[in-house]
Amino acid sequence: MFQFVLRRLLAVLPVLLVVSLVVFLILRLAPGDPAAVIAGNSATNDEINRIREQLGLDRSILSQYLIWIGRVFQGDLGYSYYLSKPVTELIGQRIEPTLALAVGTLLLAMAVAIPLGTIAAWRMGGWLDKILSGFSVAGFSVPVFVIGYLLIYLFAIRLEWLPVQGYKALMGPKAASLWDWMRQLILPWMTLAMIYVALIARVTRASVSEALTEDYIRTARAKGLTERVVLLRHALSNAAVPIVTVIGIGVALLIGGVVVTETVYAIPGLGMLTVDAVLNRDFPVIQGLVLLFSCAYVFINLLVDLSYLFLDPRIRY
Amino acid sequence: MKRRVLLAATGLLGMSLMGPVAVQAQDNKVFRFVPHANLAVLDPIWTTAYVTRNHAYMIYDTLFSEDAQGNIKPQMVDTYTNSPDRKTWTFKLRNGLEFHDGKPVTSEDVVASLKRWASRDAMGGILNTFIDRYETPDANTFRLILKEPSGIVIDALGKASSNVPFIMPARIAATPGAEQIKEHIGSGPFIFKADEFKPGALAVYTRNAKYKSRTEAPNGMAGGRPVNFDRVEWVIIRDPQTQFNALKAGEVDMVEQPSFEQYETLKKTEGVKVEDFAPAGLQFIMRFNHLHKPFDNPKIRQAAMVAMGQQAYINTQIGVPELGKLCRSIFPCGTIYADENTGYFTGIANPAKAREMLKEAGYDNTPVLLMRPTDLASIAKIPLVAKQQLEAAGFKVDMQQMDWASLVARRAKKDAPAAGGWNAFLTAWTAGDISNPLAMAMLNAKGEAGWFGWQNEPRIETLKASFARAATTEEKKKLASQIQAVAMETATHAPLGQYRSPTAVRSNVSGMIQTPGIPVMWSVKKN
Repeated sequence: MFQFVLRRLLAVLPVLLVVSLVVFLILRLAPGDPAAVIAGNSATNDEINRIREQLGLDRSILSQYLIWIGRVFQGDLGYSYYLSKPVTELIGQRIEPTLALAVGTLLLAMAVAIPLGTIAAWRMGGWLDKILSGFSVAGFSVPVFVIGYLLIYLFAIRLEWLPVQGYKALMGPKAASLWDWMRQLILPWMTLAMIYVALIARVTRASVSEALTEDYIRTARAKGLTERVVLLRHALSNAAVPIVTVIGIGVALLIGGVVVTETVYAIPGLGMLTVDAVLNRDFPVIQGLVLLFSCAYVFINLLVDLSYLFLDPRIRY
Repeated sequence: MKRRVLLAATGLLGMSLMGPVAVQAQDNKVFRFVPHANLAVLDPIWTTAYVTRNHAYMIYDTLFSEDAQGNIKPQMVDTYTNSPDRKTWTFKLRNGLEFHDGKPVTSEDVVASLKRWASRDAMGGILNTFIDRYETPDANTFRLILKEPSGIVIDALGKASSNVPFIMPARIAATPGAEQIKEHIGSGPFIFKADEFKPGALAVYTRNAKYKSRTEAPNGMAGGRPVNFDRVEWVIIRDPQTQFNALKAGEVDMVEQPSFEQYETLKKTEGVKVEDFAPAGLQFIMRFNHLHKPFDNPKIRQAAMVAMGQQAYINTQIGVPELGKLCRSIFPCGTIYADENTGYFTGIANPAKAREMLKEAGYDNTPVLLMRPTDLASIAKIPLVAKQQLEAAGFKVDMQQMDWASLVARRAKKDAPAAGGWNAFLTAWTAGDISNPLAMAMLNAKGEAGWFGWQNEPRIETLKASFARAATTEEKKKLASQIQAVAMETATHAPLGQYRSPTAVRSNVSGMIQTPGIPVMWSVKKN
């Protein structure tokens, strides 16, 4: 297993190099010029050219790439054209809200979806199964921002239980209490979890229902085991591999989902940083974020692969 | 039964723990403001972004300021004189002015700040051409020694919109204008809390207890600047619906620019009111590219102006009749140089006449490459109207959709439209930026060294030079009218209607000051 992990980690390097090159080229070749955005509405061509020179954008693309990638190998992702701050510092400032949103959403989605999907499989065709099917369709179909606005209207405007927007950091010099931190995130978690509950519950239902038709389940029941033990120990554990796979894919999809949720709830996370950077053509920030997201994808995939070892003893690396 | 009791108890516990959120904003000494854009850049000289300018008004002071009637009044300056030959201006600062770091404001700080500002600002650059040297005879006095008399010294120093000559400590102002400053220390009514600044989320300001306000009543940007809050928070919320919800829930006290679609709802919402602090508002314009066909021909540009009119732009983009008005003048109506004597340009679309003019001008069906910024909600609809109006007059229009960042990059290209260039784009300017011929970008008619569109019209430049030398307001008004006449004749750009963009505040907010589009936090209070 150690060799497998090492091999996978070493394989990350060329992947990241290719990703960095592709992103770098796409940004340079796509329309838009950070210097023109920075210069503002009243600028002249001379002013734009001066800014391009200062940012080093007048150099050849190859030379720009070599300078940037050289710095990346030293742990320096560059400086934001706009915010005049190191990209690493910006990512550090924004990672907490995004992690809090993503991890909380996944935990909530798993806590709701796996039991729901398992019960729906156990009582297939029953009322819970039908409700779950309806909910899954709704969860996939209704856009995240619509769910967000509805929840805000109910819990923040009508009932005044929860805040409309904002984020209070859990760490740092002005850290909020755990409860204050959670209050800000309850609605975003619920909003974003909706689609993942639908996704994970559907896969859990399908996977568990398939497992329930296997011979070993009949054997377990014949042995006189309780339905709870049959479901949890035999059916669910054997159905776990596809569920974990879909959760892994879900994490990847979360990166897109957080952008909308962060916008609706005014949460200053990596999603908003990405949108701002793209709109302003803040190349160093976009490049840094893409590298970070790529690393996150690779790491999550590795974790999912490793989890198979524990979930299915037949799998060997 | 037990389950019901448990559920009810959980619900009650939840409600008691959460509590009404609106209570948070009831602290009358804290003001929460949602600016129209994300505050990303903090240097008001490095960028012309309005949100940065507004931030700067919180923390910096200015030598002069514009009152609600458009008159320039001393602000940091106590007294000033001009020599009989009109070449030596002597300014005395008010006593006791102090920066937030505790150091006194000196004439050295003023000169360093003015030099940096003049290196970036168009009007500052023009003023610079008149200045022979600066002198600082003592810590409270500075002089501008001019090469020749100029009529724009006070206008330039009292300029209200970007770039504003804000005064900062000399060591900070020594930063080249092309580089961003790293420290944000002013002598204004609020102190910027750099340690609490989170770009994209929050900017915090506290009351400057040592601020030396003028004794006059607040009037526009001029007069006293009494502060009624201990802390002002700029909360960045981009989504208009979330802005509305946060205001309704009392989590914020003011939304600078609610969307026009929400205007009627806001007026009916309990606990919220709509206020208008910028009566002069903004103006939509269309800029022609003077380098390439078909708009290299002034007759064809004139035909386009006649084709387009103004009402349809206001109806489509604003949608609230009371917020828009027709204004033919290139200087916004309600400002000092506004003049509705615009000849052939009536501001009313006349496609039949435009068609005739187009025929006379020999239009050969060259398509007009019109750029539309799809991501900039405030102006995204108006290119659609322009396309329709131009086509109704017989123009062939090729509208290309792009984001704003692509548009600003493309408009800097002088290539022919087929080779990546362009023919026309539309934008909006606040009244403060276009109320003076020297500050208006569209009147930069120095050809390829000028503003995008690169009009080469020496008559405009000559008239602007005379304007800069004019001594009296009457003389300046006359010259501004002459400049407008040439601008109309040569169709520098098309004014497409004026509109106001009101703000939304909680009902308990009062004391807002009318300004040229700058939301100021002094004088405002919560009851």
